[in-house]
Amino acid sequence: MSFPWAKPYEPTHPLMKWMDEKLPIPRLVYNATGPGYPVPRNLNYFWNFGVLAGAALMIQIITGIVLAMHYAANASVAFNSVEHIMRDVNAGWFIRYAHMNGASMFFIVVYLHIFRGLYYGSYKAPREMVWLLGVVIFLLMMATAFMGYVLPWGQMSFWGAQVITGFFSAIPIVGEPVREWLLGGFVPDNATLNRFFSLHYLLPFVILGVIILHIWALHIPGSSNPTGIEVKDEQDTVPFHPYYTAKDGFGVGVFLLIFVALTFFSPNTLGHADNYIPANSLSTPAHIVPEWYFLPFYAILKAFTFNFLWIDAKLWGVIAMFASIALLFFLPWLDSSPIKSSNYRPLYRIFFWILVADVLLLGFCGMQPAEQPYVILSQLGAIYYFAHFLVILPIVSRIERPLPMPNSITEAVLAKHATDTSSASATA
Amino acid sequence: MVRPLGFLVGLGFITALVLAIFTTPLSNEANVAHEFHKHPRHLKLASDGIVLPHWDKAQLQRGMQVYKEVCSACHSLNLVAFRNIADLGYTEGQIKTFAKGFQVPSINPDTGEPATRDGLPSDYFPSPYANETAARAANNNALPPDLSLITKAREGGKDYVYSLLTGYQNPPANLPAELKPGTGLHYNPYFANLNLAMAPPLAKGQVTFADGSPNDVKNMAADVTAFLVWTAEPKLIKRIQVGYAVFFFLLIFTVLTYLSYRNIWADKKH
Repeated sequence: MSFPWAKPYEPTHPLMKWMDEKLPIPRLVYNATGPGYPVPRNLNYFWNFGVLAGAALMIQIITGIVLAMHYAANASVAFNSVEHIMRDVNAGWFIRYAHMNGASMFFIVVYLHIFRGLYYGSYKAPREMVWLLGVVIFLLMMATAFMGYVLPWGQMSFWGAQVITGFFSAIPIVGEPVREWLLGGFVPDNATLNRFFSLHYLLPFVILGVIILHIWALHIPGSSNPTGIEVKDEQDTVPFHPYYTAKDGFGVGVFLLIFVALTFFSPNTLGHADNYIPANSLSTPAHIVPEWYFLPFYAILKAFTFNFLWIDAKLWGVIAMFASIALLFFLPWLDSSPIKSSNYRPLYRIFFWILVADVLLLGFCGMQPAEQPYVILSQLGAIYYFAHFLVILPIVSRIERPLPMPNSITEAVLAKHATDTSSASATA
Repeated sequence: MVRPLGFLVGLGFITALVLAIFTTPLSNEANVAHEFHKHPRHLKLASDGIVLPHWDKAQLQRGMQVYKEVCSACHSLNLVAFRNIADLGYTEGQIKTFAKGFQVPSINPDTGEPATRDGLPSDYFPSPYANETAARAANNNALPPDLSLITKAREGGKDYVYSLLTGYQNPPANLPAELKPGTGLHYNPYFANLNLAMAPPLAKGQVTFADGSPNDVKNMAADVTAFLVWTAEPKLIKRIQVGYAVFFFLLIFTVLTYLSYRNIWADKKH
């Protein structure tokens, strides 16, 4: 366990003692999310998003298992089986809309979780492994979400599968055979739908496994915190339970309120009308657009329009799109600054917010047709995206002069309260 | 090692993008159809929004009558069963009689030959054509789409459907020749490429309503659109009602969790 003052698990009830000797699961839970896990006392609300992502995954797994009881993964009936769920299954419309919007909520909280990590330097030593596993989870989520979107077998399902598996055909020589192997045919069809269903059911449990590793790796150094200063003594921490279980409970409440508002009052806002048209391989929709959570990457893909060197534009786009995620694996080594929190990094902080704006811009461009000015905007956005991680960040972390930092978490907390009370008495 | 390599990779992507910027024309190809295309007009229905929406059953019944007497000549409604129209306020007996008015595909129990029989409440609205080929043959090679989900399956939803039904007009004088409706096509600025194969389906006074409601094109279009909002999502009103209950339950839950959070942290500066 991480800190010497962590409260030890001491079962008193004979049954719990017996259990602890045979299979110490209660001990594991106690030390992982109970009073046995000391956590910095100064975490802000951005530290809620890990738990929220876990809650979102559980919602997806539960609603997904129920949906799979009624869904039929066959190209001739898949579309109608979804409508059967919407119309005839008891509360099927709720389960299906919850699963559909649950995916969006999952991505919202994971994106906030990732940007929290970027702002507060959570990817830095000693937490590189936590970050790397997080990127693996993100990639698995993207694969799962993509395959899930194919299952209703609407027009956007079909054409999305066509476009995304088409990326592989950009690879020279082996590309086309690889694509046919992935699809199990020349176009998305029954073989594709069946394997996507199988993998869509499998991957969430793989994600669950990697999440366990992610939390395990986190518990070795312990959670980071908004100051980026490592925990020094017991004063700096509070036990996870009840302090953060209570705070996360409130976070889950707010999360569920937003989730429920979306699911019940506006369930189709984040979807596409075209996906209520059954898949038709002979009719291409006017605009093929992925789900919103893929839009920034889709914009990067489309930004490459020039055959540069011996690589054609399509392959550039595909490589760049994969690279835009893969570079996150190298982030702990691209940023050499020892300061974690951007609160003390005046220069990096500016570029961080530019990156946030840039990703939003790319997302906006991703849903537009291939017309000006959206093409040039996504090109500029993609330039900044790569420049940020591969050029600016390594340079900034070398030349930046950090702001003065407190000596410990407790000092930072007490200093904050001192200014709060003095400004409060000044206004009074 | 990571940083110099990353720098080179970054330069590669950035160079490719800068070259892409300078080789992509800044002007778009003119899309003339865009100028004539119109955004759908808003249609207000009782089932709109989240503030006490409800089904206007009289309107849905009129809408179903319009569907039956007009639309069903070409368009199927294959996700809706006769039993479902209980939502519209029909009694069991009325549904049985209504279903009986339709002939559904069947098999002759004596010969095994394809046959038809009277509809039952458990049957779905039958398609007007035996198959897609028959539908295309009868419609100048255009395929009339199934209407069950039409208000969810088009950008603009019900507004689009209503605007399309009421939007037929003579092509404007300045319409370029290549955009003029060809043989068998009809000009409608709400349709994506301006000309569609469906002839104006509604004419003033075409349907006579039992309740004496006005039957000009606009009213019939509004009625049938309301009906198609119901066919697309029969659980819409229930969804919003349940939503309120769930939302307020969770609101109380969230307030309680907030209070317990404040209580637990009361003695801890953070």
